[in-house]
Amino acid sequence: MMLEIRNLHAKVGNQEILKGVNLKVNAGEVHSIMGPNGSGKSTLAQVLAGRETYEVTEGEVIYEGKNLLEMAPEERAVEGVFMAFQYPVEIPGVGNTYFLRAALNAIRKARGLEELDAMDFLPLVKEKMKLLEVDDRLLTRSVNEGFSGGEKKRNEIFQMAVLEPKLCIMDETDSGLDIDALRIVAKGVNALRSPQRAIIVVTHYQRLLTYIIPDHVLVLVDGRIVKSGGKELALELESKGYGWVEDEARAAAAGRG
Amino acid sequence: MGEVETVAAVTRETDRYQEAFARFEPGAAGNGQAWLRSLRRAGIARFGELGFPTTHDEDWRFTSVEPIAKTTFAPARDVRAGVAPRALAPFTFPGPPCTRLVFVNGRYAPALSSLRPLPGGVKAVSLAQALSAEGDLLEPHLARYAEYQQDAFTALNTAFMEDGAFVLIPRGAVLDEPIHFLYVATEAGAPTITHPRNLIVAGDDSQATVVEDYVSLTEEVSFSNAVTELVVGQNGVLSHYLIERESAQAFNVSTLRIQQGRSSNVASHSVLVGGALVRNNIHPVLAGEGGECLINGLFMGTGRQHMDNYMKVEHAAPHCDSRQFYQGILDGQSRGVFHGRIIVHKDAQKTDAKQTNRNLLLSEEAQIDTKPQLEIYADDVKCTHGATIGQIDEGAIFYLRSRGIAAESARALLLFAFAGESLQRMKVAPIRKHLEALVTAWLPQGKLLEDVR
Repeated sequence: MMLEIRNLHAKVGNQEILKGVNLKVNAGEVHSIMGPNGSGKSTLAQVLAGRETYEVTEGEVIYEGKNLLEMAPEERAVEGVFMAFQYPVEIPGVGNTYFLRAALNAIRKARGLEELDAMDFLPLVKEKMKLLEVDDRLLTRSVNEGFSGGEKKRNEIFQMAVLEPKLCIMDETDSGLDIDALRIVAKGVNALRSPQRAIIVVTHYQRLLTYIIPDHVLVLVDGRIVKSGGKELALELESKGYGWVEDEARAAAAGRG
Repeated sequence: MGEVETVAAVTRETDRYQEAFARFEPGAAGNGQAWLRSLRRAGIARFGELGFPTTHDEDWRFTSVEPIAKTTFAPARDVRAGVAPRALAPFTFPGPPCTRLVFVNGRYAPALSSLRPLPGGVKAVSLAQALSAEGDLLEPHLARYAEYQQDAFTALNTAFMEDGAFVLIPRGAVLDEPIHFLYVATEAGAPTITHPRNLIVAGDDSQATVVEDYVSLTEEVSFSNAVTELVVGQNGVLSHYLIERESAQAFNVSTLRIQQGRSSNVASHSVLVGGALVRNNIHPVLAGEGGECLINGLFMGTGRQHMDNYMKVEHAAPHCDSRQFYQGILDGQSRGVFHGRIIVHKDAQKTDAKQTNRNLLLSEEAQIDTKPQLEIYADDVKCTHGATIGQIDEGAIFYLRSRGIAAESARALLLFAFAGESLQRMKVAPIRKHLEALVTAWLPQGKLLEDVR
């Protein structure tokens, strides 16, 4: 098993957001975590990436046999965890190429591989740029600076393609994308699907799942996974909304109480 | 009671300088010339009247010069022979050699300097030499621009002006190589005061780059009280770099007074990393129509350093553009000041003046005072100003870390990026590269950048 989340509780300030999440992800699988706004989807993604704004109060996360929660964000990254941000950060003054090469070399170094110089790096990048239909100009610009929302999202998946992580977490990558951009992003993600790699797609809508077909769909409501199923569940949520799952969750909670 | 005591103290402090002047004047270079003698005398007289500024003075509100006023400085001794050429190697720029005038404790050191062939008619010599031999070339310009009537430090410099650099660029001359003035403070056995005085006269259609650079080879207390007058004719294109990298015991007050002719284009770049107490005055006057001025600076303080940047941008003619960009990074208990004054005179219609000051505070105890000041007497102008004070962006740190870049490297990278905005405006590549290295070395984890850059 690649990832196991056991009874994960997390809060921000005094507000508990994750209230006991359990999840098992095997290599080769694509999981989609869906849920209404405020259900804790993004919190889960960010906790996995190591964002310190969230405090884990209970539970554990085992990634490839190691305690993920004890690892710094950069250690997680070099061990193969990647989160595509919902809101990628603009970093003026740090060139995209420079940044990507620094990131890739940090990962290569951790894996005992030789670091790439600019000459070796460029062909690799060009290939991935083609895949994600990324404009050449992106390379000379600062990280995300002045990018449109769609360009930022595409840049996240481009980074993912270059860094080739083992565990990809996509935090609402589809929101705000037009259909063309969505197809390109999906193409990039599908190209990364492999028996060695797991992908977690966090999304509010079913739309992206038409292109990235998940093995498992999990519904997060009020900090807990309340329902799971196959790809049909996503379609059901699309047509019926989240109301019925929330009702079921409330009834179950009342039963527990 | 307190008032009276203060006045008495000021009198005593200036007295010391009056006495020093009496000893200095008879042997000073060019003293035989009446115009020069009267300038020096006007300088010391005005300094006696003004005394050192206090924090009650609006222009000095955030900077106390008491440490300077209270120190008894000796005039610099001649210690030129004690400096080995290789000691200066760290202060030279990469790439092709350039004309370098080296001054040791304020005195021109020919043995350490390198004079390269310059285009016809271009002069780059020591001011003391020029004062003795070619006073008539200097008289029309020297002390005609820097305001010794208003500013005590300029008055003091004018009283004691003797050595420094004199650069004369005739009409149409284009200099490909920068001219580097390297001011070296070295061991003298006592706190030393110097009054570097530079005059650069650039004719119409000329083009050049000059670098004014203050360095220390000693941890002794020193005080560089410098004044530079930069006079640029019509269509002249001049860039001036100021580098302050003296020891943490040094005081440095420098004034750059720029006089710009019609359609001239001047860039002033400053990088301040050294000095205990630094005051950086930049005062361009856009005196001819269509002039452009860029005032770009980066100041980085740590420990107990105090760095005060005082800009006074005067628009005196129509259709001129000025751009001020100053960035501060302050760590430890350091303190920074940015005072950006823009004066638009009555006839300076269609002025376009912009001022931006951005600051990063890296510690709880670091402090910045930023103060814009607009005085506009024309009615058809565009003036904008903005200042920000912030901490390093934790969101950006997390983003970099989440991609595998270690926390310390991420921090260094963001700081370098912030400083880089300023460095990128510096167009002369060898100087910029040298300054990038200087900035990188200053950053707490700067050497981490070398791995990834």
